[in-house]
Amino acid sequence: MLQNVRVLSIFLALFPTIAWSEWEVNMTRGVTDTSAAIYDLHMLVFYICVVISVIVFGVMFWSMYHHRKSKGAKAHLFYESTKIEILWTILPIIVLIIILFPATKTLLETYDTADSDIDIQVTGYQWKWRYKYIGQDVDFFSVLTTPSDEIYNKAEKNPNYLLEVDNPLVLPINKKIRFLFTSNDVIHAWWVPALALKKDAIPGFINESSTTINEPGIYRGQCAELCGKDHGFMPIVIKAVTEVEYAAWIDEQKTLKEKAASASQKDWSMDELMAKGEQVYNKNCSACHQPTGVGLPPVFPALAGSAIALGPIEDHIDIVFNGKSGTGMSAYGEQLSAVDMAAVITYERNAWGNDVGDKLLPADVEKMKGGK
Amino acid sequence: MTTQVADVEDGHENEHGPATGITRWLFTTNHKDIGTMYLIFSLVMLFIGGSMAFVIRAELFQPGLQLVEPGFFNQMVTMHGLIMVFGAVMPAFVGLANWMIPLMIGAPDMALPRLNNLSFWILPFAFSMMMGTLFMDGGGPNFGWTFYAPLSTTYAPPSVTFFIFAIHMMGASSIMGAINVVVTIVNMRAPGMTYMKMPMFCWTWLITAFLLIAVMPVLAGVVTMMLMDIHFGTSFFDAGGGGDPVLFQHVFWFFGHPEVYIMILPSFGVVSEVIPTFARKKLFGYHSMVYAIIAIAVLSFVVWAHHMFTVGMPLAGELFFMYTTMLIAVPTGVKIFNWVSTMFRGSLTFETPMLYSIAFVILFTIGGLSGIMLALAPVDFVYHDTYFVVAHFHYVLVPGAIFGIFAAVYYWLPKWSGKMYDESLGKFHFWVSFIGLNLTFFPMHFVGLAGMPRRIPDYPLQFADFNMIVSIGAFMFGTSQLIFVYVLIKTLRSGEKAPQRPWEGAEGLEWTVPSPAPYHTFATPPKVD
Repeated sequence: MLQNVRVLSIFLALFPTIAWSEWEVNMTRGVTDTSAAIYDLHMLVFYICVVISVIVFGVMFWSMYHHRKSKGAKAHLFYESTKIEILWTILPIIVLIIILFPATKTLLETYDTADSDIDIQVTGYQWKWRYKYIGQDVDFFSVLTTPSDEIYNKAEKNPNYLLEVDNPLVLPINKKIRFLFTSNDVIHAWWVPALALKKDAIPGFINESSTTINEPGIYRGQCAELCGKDHGFMPIVIKAVTEVEYAAWIDEQKTLKEKAASASQKDWSMDELMAKGEQVYNKNCSACHQPTGVGLPPVFPALAGSAIALGPIEDHIDIVFNGKSGTGMSAYGEQLSAVDMAAVITYERNAWGNDVGDKLLPADVEKMKGGK
Repeated sequence: MTTQVADVEDGHENEHGPATGITRWLFTTNHKDIGTMYLIFSLVMLFIGGSMAFVIRAELFQPGLQLVEPGFFNQMVTMHGLIMVFGAVMPAFVGLANWMIPLMIGAPDMALPRLNNLSFWILPFAFSMMMGTLFMDGGGPNFGWTFYAPLSTTYAPPSVTFFIFAIHMMGASSIMGAINVVVTIVNMRAPGMTYMKMPMFCWTWLITAFLLIAVMPVLAGVVTMMLMDIHFGTSFFDAGGGGDPVLFQHVFWFFGHPEVYIMILPSFGVVSEVIPTFARKKLFGYHSMVYAIIAIAVLSFVVWAHHMFTVGMPLAGELFFMYTTMLIAVPTGVKIFNWVSTMFRGSLTFETPMLYSIAFVILFTIGGLSGIMLALAPVDFVYHDTYFVVAHFHYVLVPGAIFGIFAAVYYWLPKWSGKMYDESLGKFHFWVSFIGLNLTFFPMHFVGLAGMPRRIPDYPLQFADFNMIVSIGAFMFGTSQLIFVYVLIKTLRSGEKAPQRPWEGAEGLEWTVPSPAPYHTFATPPKVD
């Protein structure tokens, strides 16, 4: 053991860049009533398990010590006893019944489907989350922002490494929130430990769960169901705020949306589109098609030199708008704003040696979106 | 025509040993040869699957991506699971069954020897094909060993078709092996050996064989549905065509949960043979042990959806599967209490098989207790798909299934080879494995509870310390299996000659034949009273 500790310390000395973090060893109590109930149930069962192991292992170690042949122990003819067999069938059943009551009660609490104050549709995409505030006209994607330099160890990792997104899900405290989970492609699972909430997001089906957050704060989670290549890179960040702040935030979202609409009417220059396009590309496309457009064939085709990126712009627009069924290429028509769409298509046609030279204007995209 | 005559003449010889050269292994119908091939195959697979675990743990040694890309990491996670389950654990059990069941029930061979040969020789082809997918365009299976649709159908790499075919072949092999075990045990027991006098290992395998026959076709069904979805335009698992992705999980786990018991029951049997031997005392509560196995097997068919508590089942479903799952703790508890009571007031010695069996009981109990925690649906909302689950099933599979296999190998190796293994080396192998294993899998409980999802190639910083410990433990555990190989080689080359019954407390027909067991045993059935 001592040697292990020494080996460990040598290893740790070799990698001074790793920040010593707290030694988290248990489940969080969380910030909702349900999460507290689940935590209490977890601890109750844990202690029961500890007691059972102490008894079972106690008898075992006692026999291993006292009934050794080397100590002269003789084997007894003790190999059958119906009474004992019945006893240790009944006793575990009693223990299970003791656990069963709080477990059932907690489960019923999590199945509370009464009316909620706020409804949010959560949609899983490969590999990001989309949050739609139902009835509020607020709808956005939430994507990992950890720079790839940190992931590939070229830069020091920040404390929220892999748990940071561009647009957090903003929620008010003390309001009952109902989540409606679904998916656009494969099965994902939306998990925030502080809410003790984990639910599968399944394509074609809607799951629901409710929560009421008691304390303001930032709560982070991750996708819990293997959903492909970047399963480990689609975190969830919740920003729980007071009701007043929440109302202000909703208003702000609406103003931002108007601003974006007017931006699409501007006459964008090629350079502006290319610069914007690169940003959009790196956020939405580079996970599969790679930052340099080489893709990961055959599953994720290359864009550099591809027939679609170099061919008629109508086909290019079509595939980005509507996706390609049966593949990982999802329909971006709804996911990207007019500006982003125009910029990214322009970028793909004129980057990495692609030299079509044409450009797509946001205003035109707006027309296509309206025409659909 | 002349050759046929020669064959017949050959058949009339009373004692004929194995054929020479490669044909001995290719065409053999001898249960001992086939058992040996199964065991060697499974050892090779253990090392292949283990080296994939090495890749996984090396990548997870530190946060950040260092060695492999996420896509390849997912392939490693998938192949590690598939190879360990279908390539290492199951064939090892079939190997033990082949070697030991005829010897234990006093039969001359398995009932269906040619089927036996076929069921083994399918495996190398199945696994070559499965591993070949790693070199195909787009890579091998990358959707986890549970291959949930639609990730494994619509979004799968093209190699998935080969994966499906490989699963079909493995399934066929398992079903044939299982039929063979059932027919052998039902028909070929020595006169006087009633079911309730049968060694516990045979009982556990009989039940396992029934489980295999029941659920392997379900696995075949689910992969066939995938194949139809991928190539023939059906929509079993595609909501867009009226199907249901959750249906996949129901069908898969209807196979998958009994499969879990398929991978543990034979180990129960091994431990039930080894502990009485080294406690020099009969197995405590033989009858209740038999009933407990049957109860576990029956219950295993009605608990499958506890793997799916977060898919959004109706409340009644959650309650049903929570209660039935908790119920499994009862017969499992009975087994553990019986093993402990067998040791109680015995006369214990601690040879390597016994060490492995004791570790089995302790660590399997830990895995069983975390199983009770996982059975509780509301808490499972937090545990589900985290490293807590990874810790749980490795605790029941590694010190469960694999330690059971190690115990069996050390216990029966003298009978197989006629030579004794080096006891101190065996103990050394045990202790390094034991420490390495706990160092690997115990901290996984902590990172899981703290919130680390499973199957991720990179993780947030708060999990860094434990992951490093886990990786160090994994390297230690993996490397220590080289000791096992060394022990085997040393035994075969220079082991001391083993007596007919090397263990003082051992009982059973297998110890009534010489060591090594002759090529043909029990040509005349022994009489059991």
